[in-house]
Amino acid sequence: MEYGLDKRSNALKIFNTTFIIVWLLVACFPFIWTFWGSFKVRADFFSRADWWYAITAFNTLLETGGKFTTDAYSQAWTEGEFWKASRNTVIVTFFVVTISLFLGTLGAYALSRSTRNYAFWILIAALIFRAMPHITLVSGYLFPFFQLQIWGILPTTIVVLVAINQPFTLWLLYSFFKTVPKELDESALIDGCSYFQAFRHIIMPVMWPGVITAGLFSLMLAYNDFTVTALLLNQENHTMVPKIQSYLGTNQHEGNLMWAVSAVVSATAPLFMLVMFFQRQVISGLTAGAVKG
Amino acid sequence: MPNKTFFWFFLPTGLAMILFIGLPIISTGIQSFYAQHDQVVKEVKKCDPFGCTVSIVVDQEKTSKIREEKPLGKFNGFGTYVDRNHLAIEEIGNFWNETNSFGEFVDQVTNLPFYKALIFTLTYCLFVTPNVLLLGFIIALSLNAVTRRIRGPLIFGTILPMIVTPLVGSLVLFWMIDAEGIIGANLQMLMDDPYLSLKSSKTLTWITIIIYGIWHHSPFAFVVFYAALQTVPQEPVEAAIIDGASRWQRVRHIVLPHIYPVVTFVALISLMDNFRVFEPIIGFSAEGSAQSLSWLIYDNLVNEEVILFGSAAATSMMTIVGIAILLAPVLIRTWKEFRTAR
Repeated sequence: MEYGLDKRSNALKIFNTTFIIVWLLVACFPFIWTFWGSFKVRADFFSRADWWYAITAFNTLLETGGKFTTDAYSQAWTEGEFWKASRNTVIVTFFVVTISLFLGTLGAYALSRSTRNYAFWILIAALIFRAMPHITLVSGYLFPFFQLQIWGILPTTIVVLVAINQPFTLWLLYSFFKTVPKELDESALIDGCSYFQAFRHIIMPVMWPGVITAGLFSLMLAYNDFTVTALLLNQENHTMVPKIQSYLGTNQHEGNLMWAVSAVVSATAPLFMLVMFFQRQVISGLTAGAVKG
Repeated sequence: MPNKTFFWFFLPTGLAMILFIGLPIISTGIQSFYAQHDQVVKEVKKCDPFGCTVSIVVDQEKTSKIREEKPLGKFNGFGTYVDRNHLAIEEIGNFWNETNSFGEFVDQVTNLPFYKALIFTLTYCLFVTPNVLLLGFIIALSLNAVTRRIRGPLIFGTILPMIVTPLVGSLVLFWMIDAEGIIGANLQMLMDDPYLSLKSSKTLTWITIIIYGIWHHSPFAFVVFYAALQTVPQEPVEAAIIDGASRWQRVRHIVLPHIYPVVTFVALISLMDNFRVFEPIIGFSAEGSAQSLSWLIYDNLVNEEVILFGSAAATSMMTIVGIAILLAPVLIRTWKEFRTAR
């Protein structure tokens, strides 16, 4: 708030700047540190002797001859089969985003244009569904999925993630559709369009910002999910996040922990890039439900 | 929009939600009334030159046959709900009779798995939610006072902890806090205690997970508060400045009342999310001293020998009841608003 009348004292300015710097350190340093450490050997990043080794790269020099090494990456991606996990993540994410946007836009458009009571109750039901912990849903899935023998494969997980994602997508797109004036599609209806044609040719072209935001959130959910993917996929089909967890559990290799570190960096980097490009959309999505009431 | 058109537009998403959110809840409810079969045992007589011994072994064939016939398990009614791993009615009764002081009784009860998890979950919610609101609000206020030009990168830095999945976020912190990591090693030096480590004490573990929770959720509160701050009208603020209101008074009497609805929204969302805390426990490998309700369910579902569907389902149902209690005030308020709006 830049108030014309407001004079901030120097003390307050200094306090403010210090606070922001400290907070940014707290928020970002862990990621920077992990990124830095992922190019070291284990004895440096998890040093029993002296944490300073992580910076001077004492053991990395001894073991590999250089200050930085990409061994952890190459091993995790080949031996650790992280390539497979990232391929699975790409497949899951792509289909989850596409399908949930398709279902979500149709449903949210209908909700925003309906004046009946049931539209309100459906939104409330979606809110309750949104609150369900995913693990309770998973405990409901496992048994029927075993019986139907559809456990462990990617399509099942995609459908489940789409469904889990629907309540949030509906609410988000609903608040976006509400901002598109009704007169726009009503005039199209008078001109003889069907509802679907009005939706397809009149509403969708002006809805892109909302759709991109909803798509980003579906993407983050599918990409980041652990509960569903860890329990509904078999080893072979694991996506990145459960794969990272599997590196932690097995202690046969000394390198495994470093695999996890490099895998964490590999999995996080694309996400950060994406958010950097779409920061505006992410923020508008988070506030859509809240600020507009 | 006519009902028929609405129906066709809404059918796909409605079907997805009913099939994969509605039905699973019902399925969980049914499963919670069943328990896995006991193993069928048989007596085997073994004779050797020194005599005969009778031993009891598991009849694998019969056991797997009965499991195949009735995969859901045997009907158990509310048995799973009241057993030792859940509400433990009987045990609590015994503790009440056996223990001498109330403190001892509470001690015993809080050692039961379900109550232990419930207490951790509630403690986590209780400490994380208010701190998230507070920290988010302070960050929003202070970023709002920064020159507009450099806000973009600052906001990007601020929301990083929120974007990463909780498992990755907690791992990244854990690797630093670990005794062999940068913060852990320095803390040991600072405290002059070479055995100080996260895993060594329950309190430390809880504090770490709670700090992680605040770190992870504050950016969300920040983003929402920041957006709300942009909508605060300037006139009353300027009027207050002219009237000589201090900075604190302006925040207290103008800004806060204006963004109050948003505060309740953030509090609700963050409470719901905190109630299902689960991934950080795995990330921090803190299973030993901190268990949450969601973690109990996960633990049942990844059980090595037999997946404990019934036990997981019973905990799930009780978690859902917990969520319902949290949501009730909001739902009641919405219902009242809806009735008066009509």
